[in-house]
Amino acid sequence: MSEGPSSEALLRVTDLRAGYRTPVVGPVNFTVEAGEILGFNGPNGAGKSTVMKAIAGGARVFSGSLGRRPGLRVAHQHQNPMPLEDIPVSGRELLQLTGAGEDGLPEWIRPLLGQRLDRLSGGQLQFLQVWACIDAPVDLALLDEPTNNLDRKGIAYLLEELPRRRSKLAMVLISHDRDFLDAVCHRVVEIGQ
Amino acid sequence: MNLEALLDPTFGFPLVTGLVFALTLPVLGLYLRLRDEWLAALAFAQFSAAGSLAAAVVSLPFQAGALAAACAGALAKGALARSGNSGYALILLAGWAVSILLLVNVPAAEHLAHALFDGQLYFAGPLHLAGALAFLLVSVVAMRWLSRPLLLERMLPDFFSASGRSARRYHLLFDLLIACGLALSTASMGVMASFCLVFIPALIAYWLGPNWRGSLLLAGAVGLGAYLLAFALALTLDQPFGPVLVLVLLAATGAAHLAVRMRGRARATADGGNGRILR
Repeated sequence: MSEGPSSEALLRVTDLRAGYRTPVVGPVNFTVEAGEILGFNGPNGAGKSTVMKAIAGGARVFSGSLGRRPGLRVAHQHQNPMPLEDIPVSGRELLQLTGAGEDGLPEWIRPLLGQRLDRLSGGQLQFLQVWACIDAPVDLALLDEPTNNLDRKGIAYLLEELPRRRSKLAMVLISHDRDFLDAVCHRVVEIGQ
Repeated sequence: MNLEALLDPTFGFPLVTGLVFALTLPVLGLYLRLRDEWLAALAFAQFSAAGSLAAAVVSLPFQAGALAAACAGALAKGALARSGNSGYALILLAGWAVSILLLVNVPAAEHLAHALFDGQLYFAGPLHLAGALAFLLVSVVAMRWLSRPLLLERMLPDFFSASGRSARRYHLLFDLLIACGLALSTASMGVMASFCLVFIPALIAYWLGPNWRGSLLLAGAVGLGAYLLAFALALTLDQPFGPVLVLVLLAATGAAHLAVRMRGRARATADGGNGRILR
């Protein structure tokens, strides 16, 4: 991964081939500008999450370049909520960890903030993990299937809230729901085609 | 039963020394469990015991040997990056093998070895207490800095790498802190008493804690309560401290497990019996 001053883009990905033991995706090209919401689309197994992990330092970059604006702060929400087993951390403590606040949280999640995360449903946990990323003091949020496990009101909330956040941060978004991507993103990059 | 022993000022140093460890080790144990590396406690305790014995053989202060060995273990574990409990198991086995060989072959190590493995707290003196207090001070300062990154690394594993930062220094510092704590504690109260103070209160706090902050308080309270009870029991019944502490903490584990099961049943009933199992 190269640190690179590259005009005003937060992130400039050029001919990126990424993977784990061997490359699984690429070459991929895109840029992310400040205030932009960029979507990744593609079939299952195309390598969308791998590109996202390469940006977050969790997958290997085999070739190409990944230029980041110096000092870029990034948060990454994983496709599946982290297995928390019996960890006694509450929702409020999770938000405090990333520096996320409680202002703007929907009413249906607020009463649950004091509960341990391992006692929340999959959808409630997923929503809090997304919130912990998008409300954290970061420049770029990487959201991998943020609507997974969410019910209709959770998805509706993100449909309204994500575009509202553009003035504060840029986002890269993966979703299997093409309608969701079209409704939220400025641009959609096809991965694996 | 010797109740007068409880008021004997001779036991003042051991009592306070153990109190410090009974408060700090359970709290640190919670972070070890968070990283799923609780076996580190036993590994560092065993390795520092081997260091103590080696130091005694060459007529050096055994606390220095314990500290040096535990720190060497922490650095070795750091070199085996991401090995987790496998790395700790190797350190544990090395410590055990060296300890037993020294115990069998070097008569000078025998007395100390019995103290370390039987868990006799009552020989702790001013030097042990000074070490414990220094460790308490360092722990308070270090954990104010380390707590958030350690929790973040567990809850959002690539939080640091995503922003081009490394969390390795936090892990290394925590490993060293744990190693020093276990070395000093093992030199004062033995291997298994130290290990169980790291392991059991954290386990109970994981089961019963309402949140992280509450779990830290609960772990500290369980450690302190069990320690005081074990100290009084061992002294009045004239028994070695380590095994008594382990039995008291095991009894606490049983009580906590029962509480978890009862709470689970109560929640399942309140949940309308819809089949969801709640802790």
